[in-house]
Parts: sequence; structure tokens; C-alpha cells
Amino acid sequence: MKPLAIEKTLVEDWLGDLCDDFDVFSPSMTKKGFYDWAPFQSGTGLQVPTGVPKSSIKTFFFPQPEVLFHFKASVSDPDAYRLKEPDCQERKALLFGVRPCDARSVVLNSMPYEPDPYFQARRKNTLIVGLLCKESCSTCFCKWTGGSPTGREGMDLALMELEDSYLVEPVSERGQALISSTIFRKPKEQEISLVQELYARKNGEDAASTLRGKELMALYEAPFWNQVSQSCINCGTCTFLCPTCYCFDIQDETLRGKGRRIRYWDSCMFPLFTQHASGHNPRGDKIKRVRNRFMHKFKYFPDRFGPVSCVGCGRCVRDCPVNIDIRQVLSNMLGV
Amino acid sequence: MSTVNEKIAGQIQQIATQLLESKEVALFLGYTQGTVPGAMQPFVARDVEDAKRLSWSSFCVVNLANYLPGLLRSLEPPRRPNEPPPEGPLPKVGVVATGCWSRNMVVQIQENQIDRERVVIVGVPSRGMVDRRKLQESVGQREITSIQEDDNSLLIRGNGFEKVINRWDVIRDNCQTCVHPDPVIYDRLVGSLSGDRNIPDRFRQVEEIEALSVEERWNWFQEEISSCIRCYACRNVCPLCYCPTCFVDDSRPQWVGKSKEQVDTALFHIVRAYHCAGRCTDCGSCESVCPMGIKMRLFTRKLQKDCLELFDFEPGLDPDIPLPLTTYSTSDPEDFILTQIRKGDEK
Ligand code: SF4
Ligand code: SF4
Ligand code: SF4
Ligand code: SF4
Ligand code: SF4
Repeated sequence: MKPLAIEKTLVEDWLGDLCDDFDVFSPSMTKKGFYDWAPFQSGTGLQVPTGVPKSSIKTFFFPQPEVLFHFKASVSDPDAYRLKEPDCQERKALLFGVRPCDARSVVLNSMPYEPDPYFQARRKNTLIVGLLCKESCSTCFCKWTGGSPTGREGMDLALMELEDSYLVEPVSERGQALISSTIFRKPKEQEISLVQELYARKNGEDAASTLRGKELMALYEAPFWNQVSQSCINCGTCTFLCPTCYCFDIQDETLRGKGRRIRYWDSCMFPLFTQHASGHNPRGDKIKRVRNRFMHKFKYFPDRFGPVSCVGCGRCVRDCPVNIDIRQVLSNMLGV
Repeated sequence: MSTVNEKIAGQIQQIATQLLESKEVALFLGYTQGTVPGAMQPFVARDVEDAKRLSWSSFCVVNLANYLPGLLRSLEPPRRPNEPPPEGPLPKVGVVATGCWSRNMVVQIQENQIDRERVVIVGVPSRGMVDRRKLQESVGQREITSIQEDDNSLLIRGNGFEKVINRWDVIRDNCQTCVHPDPVIYDRLVGSLSGDRNIPDRFRQVEEIEALSVEERWNWFQEEISSCIRCYACRNVCPLCYCPTCFVDDSRPQWVGKSKEQVDTALFHIVRAYHCAGRCTDCGSCESVCPMGIKMRLFTRKLQKDCLELFDFEPGLDPDIPLPLTTYSTSDPEDFILTQIRKGDEK
């Protein structure tokens, strides 16, 4: 599929047009002083931060909460205990300005969620317009985790920012369909060569194969876990902001004879995560929970699916209240 | 010339080394330098080598009292939940404490969470800690790549910019309005006590909200918590939150819904704040750690103000004065207790 180009001044118009067919979301500055995902509004000016916004795009695929079904729990109701599917989301969503790490996270999460109808339905219904990275933040490390600042995995369209224009490369059929309008023009020679140059930048070493080669028990029993876990407060910040954390819990919420079953985010950092009905907790100590987060991302997941379950977005590094830096833990693990 | 913080760090290292070397303590809880600008990491030193990594700066925003009960327990021989602790002296922990952290330790002693005999408190009169949100704002939300601290200013560098800012301008709200920056209990002291401060309008932030109409206040509250992701960092970092199972985690009964619905989030915040009434020392850790920038400290601040006005009580100043909500006196005010409204009395 051939790349096209669009003048920067026209991007807002294009997104405005897309709003007819999609719920369009893009990063925008919140009152709290950080960028986060919000519905795109024409006329407010596009805001494109360097690096990733506060939250990941997982909410669009794995919402907090996902209603699995509704039910009625009053015996007198003729519909009692009959399960009703939630109304499906009619309008398609389009996410504009998704960085390569976040786009790739959707591909990674799709591996364990392959048989999950809710996740897959949302994936089908959501288009990703990616924005490749010319600059990285000091917390970014996608190159260690098998990604790249110019990676296009998971995207439908990939945009690269140039001086006054964007080069627009369709990655999927449905991405191609987004750029049929006359707003787009043929790219100039010089635009193409600029982008080629960026694509050709060298990537770092992917940690996945090294980690797959490590002995599981040696990693599990490594001496550094104690020190890492001692600072951790076992909150959900790292896992809730993380694009590739996908653990959930399920509860029924019932009120006056009507109810719904919801799936909502859970975190292996929480003591209740593995609590058994008997009261026994195989991960009762903090060290076991802290270790699980890293072992899951860097050992169990790659052993099962291939890549590491981390895209190097650096959100957990940026926002961990006690500065547990996953890059340090990763290099500790690589050193075992 | 070393800065104030460098001197404090040096003294902490010295004391920790001596305590660890003499085996007076088994562990020493302090801070070490973090990996990103303006981040400090709570850190447990176990030996003299570790003690060299202890550090200090204006970015120590997590209240170390939070870790004490767990650390002390980790030094006790394993036992069943209801088994009493073993006879004889148990290993001690050394810990750094600013004013508010030490006040939280007083509350922990009063609530039987820590044993005063088992902690060696190294007091550090606080000069206030930096609010990273104010800092970000002062550089127009650009990415900061390095921060160099001087006694009264911070030199901030980023990609293509450099800026010197006044330290006090970016100090956290709770520190700017703190009247007891000195540790109230300590065994060693770093530096010298600075005395209580007089801040006439220290509840200004709360008064501004109190002045709003009921509807405006409700809107303010809803707006403030709207971006909460229920990560519970605010709860987990708080030294007052030590229940084995928090009410939000309970599922039988389910006191509060578990997802990001507004009504559930509101209930979480209201109940969390009330559970801190008469105990919160305004250490500001909860607010500092929130990834979403929610100012939930204002909720507990309001209760602190009420507690001061109704009971003339501030938590953590004296282990011998019982906490107002665990004791009863006939002179307690009771006009705020909700009673049945008789017809004709409604406003
Ligand atoms: S673990 Fe951290 S760096 Fe990796 S994807 Fe999750 S938030 Fe990003
Ligand atoms: S790190 Fe923990 S919360 Fe995240 S996906 Fe793995 S097990 Fe789940
Ligand atoms: S690593 Fe950091 S963000 Fe994650 S649970 Fe621990 S303290 Fe919270
Ligand atoms: S509620 Fe917040 S300010 Fe109060 S003691 Fe807990 S962490 Fe500190
Ligand atoms: S730390 Fe912030 S986002 Fe997390 S639960 Fe508390 S208020 Fe909500």
C-alpha cells in the first residue's frame, strides 16, 4: 500500500470528517496538567505530546468495567435468571495519535484474549491511527522489548510527523479506506526519503529471547527480589496504567432484583488477587506479588507466547510512587 | 560547600552506619536516590555497605511510617495470626522521621501498630517536600531531564531549556501550611529543631471550598474524583491504612462497587477520608503518589480542621493524649450528631 501525505493544517479537518463515522479520540491536555485520552473536538487544536499520554489505550478494548451480561434476579419476574447480552457498541471508535508502543500492546494482549468475544469485538470495532516517534522520552525503552519508535504493528494507519506535513502509510485495508479523501496528496520525494531515514534507525536488542533461555527457577529465586519488594507499596498504579496488564476480576452487582455481571481490572499487586475461598493465599507476601508482576511480563508470557509482555512505554517508571524502575529489574533479570 | 540536604544525607548515613554496625538495629529505613529526575526511593539498608546508599532531598514524599509495621513483623519469627509475639527483646528498626512522619508513628504507637521500644527514630526537621505537579507546571509540562537542588532554588533542565525556580514556590500544599515541621518523638536528631510555625490561614484551601454552596461543593467533589482509576495508591501509601482487608476489597458483603463507576469512586473516597478522621497528620503522601493528580488530601484536611475546632485536637502530638474518636468525654460537642428533624424545624 502506497503512502500519501497530508498538510498539518488539514489534519483537523480530516478528523472532523471522520467524526461522522467514528467516535474519534485523541490525547488532550487535562485540567490536571497531563495528557490523557479524550473525545476529539474540532476547533480546539490538535495536541500531540512527545511520548505516551497518561492512560494506555487498553480502556478502549478492556473497559473498566466490561458488562458481560444483565440478569433479573427476582423470582416473580418471567425473565428471572435469563441472561441478556449487553447492547453492543454500535459506532466504531477511532484512536488518533497512538504511539507505536501502545499500538503494539493491543497485538500482545490479543494473544491471551484470542478466544475472548468481548475483547475481539472491541478490537474489530476500533481503528488505530498511529503516530510514529521522532523523539523519545527519558522513560521510553520500547527498543528493549521488541518494539521500535517507528514500529507499525497493531496500527491501521501510521503517520510520521515531518516539517509541515505528515506522511501517512496505510497498514491495513481498513486504514487504507480512511485516506481516500482528496485532502491527501502524493508525497514528495524528499518526504519519503526523510521517513526512510527514520525507519532505518537501529533498534536495540530485544530482551525476549535471552529471557526465554533463562532457567525459570533461577529467576524465581534470584536474590534481588527482596530489595525490590521492600520499597513497593503494592498499589495498582503500575498495572493499571500499563497497556499490557490485562488481569481482571468478576463480580455481580445486583440492585432491586436487577443485576449485571461485570469484569473489572485487577492487579497481581493486590493481596486479594490470588486469595482462595479457603482463606489460603499462595501469594500472601508482598515479595511474591512483586516478583509475579515481573516474572509474568518477562518470563511466563514469553515462554508461552514468544514476546515479553511489556512494550517499554515507561508509564510504570514515570508514575510508580516509589520509583521502582522496571528497566532496572529487567537488567537484573537479564543478569541472572 | 555542601547543601543542607547533602549535610542531612551525610548525617543520616553516619547514624545508620553506627546503628547497623553496633547491631543496635537490624534494618535501617530511609531513602535512596531514584532513577528518574526528582524521584527518591524508600530504601531498607541492612548493612554498612547499604548505608552508603542512603540519601536525602526535597523529593522524599512517601511517609516512611507506612513501612514500619511490615518491617518490624518481617523481623519476628513466623507465627499464626492469633499467636502472641515471642518473649524477650525483638530486633529493632532504625527509621528517618520528619515532623509528620513522626506524628504518624505516634498514632501507630497509640493504635498498637508499632512498639516504641523497637524503633530507633532519627528525627529530621522538615524543610518541606516538592510537589512534582507544581514543578511540572513551572516548566510548562515539558519533560524534565535533570534537577539540581540548591538550598533555596532548583535548577531544572530539559530538552532545549534550563530554568531556575524558587524552591518554596513548588513545595507541597501540606508542607507550606504545616505548623509542626519538627519531629515530635526521636532518639537521634539530624540538624537542629526549627520550632512550630505560625500560619494564620493554614486551612485556607478548605475554607474556600466550605464557602461554596452545597451544589457547587458536590460538583467540585465529583469533578475532583472523576479521573480516579481506583489504583489505591493513596490508600496503600497511608500509614493509617493497615486493615488486613479494606472495605473496598471485601466482596461479602460488597460494601462498594469495584469498577470505575462514579458513585463507587465517590463512596471509596468519602469512606477512606472518614476512616482517617482524627488520625491523619496531613503528611500529604496520598496526594503526592496519586498518578491522576487528584487532591484527595483536601478531604482529610477538612476533617482535620473539624477535629481541631470540635475537639481542640491535632493527631500525633502526644502519645498520652488519646485519639478523639477512641475516647469519650461528657464535654464532647454533639450538636453535629444527626437527630430526627421535627416538623417545622427543617431549614
Ligand atoms: S510494564 Fe511499564 S513499561 Fe512495560 S508496558 Fe507496562 S507500563 Fe509500559
Ligand atoms: S503483571 Fe500482574 S496484573 Fe499485569 S498482566 Fe501480569 S499478572 Fe496481570
Ligand atoms: S511497583 Fe510501584 S506502582 Fe507498582 S505496585 Fe509497587 S509501588 Fe505501586
Ligand atoms: S490520609 Fe494522606 S495525609 Fe493523611 S496520614 Fe494518610 S497519607 Fe498522610
Ligand atoms: S491514588 Fe489517585 S487514582 Fe489511585 S485510587 Fe487514589 S485517588 Fe484514585
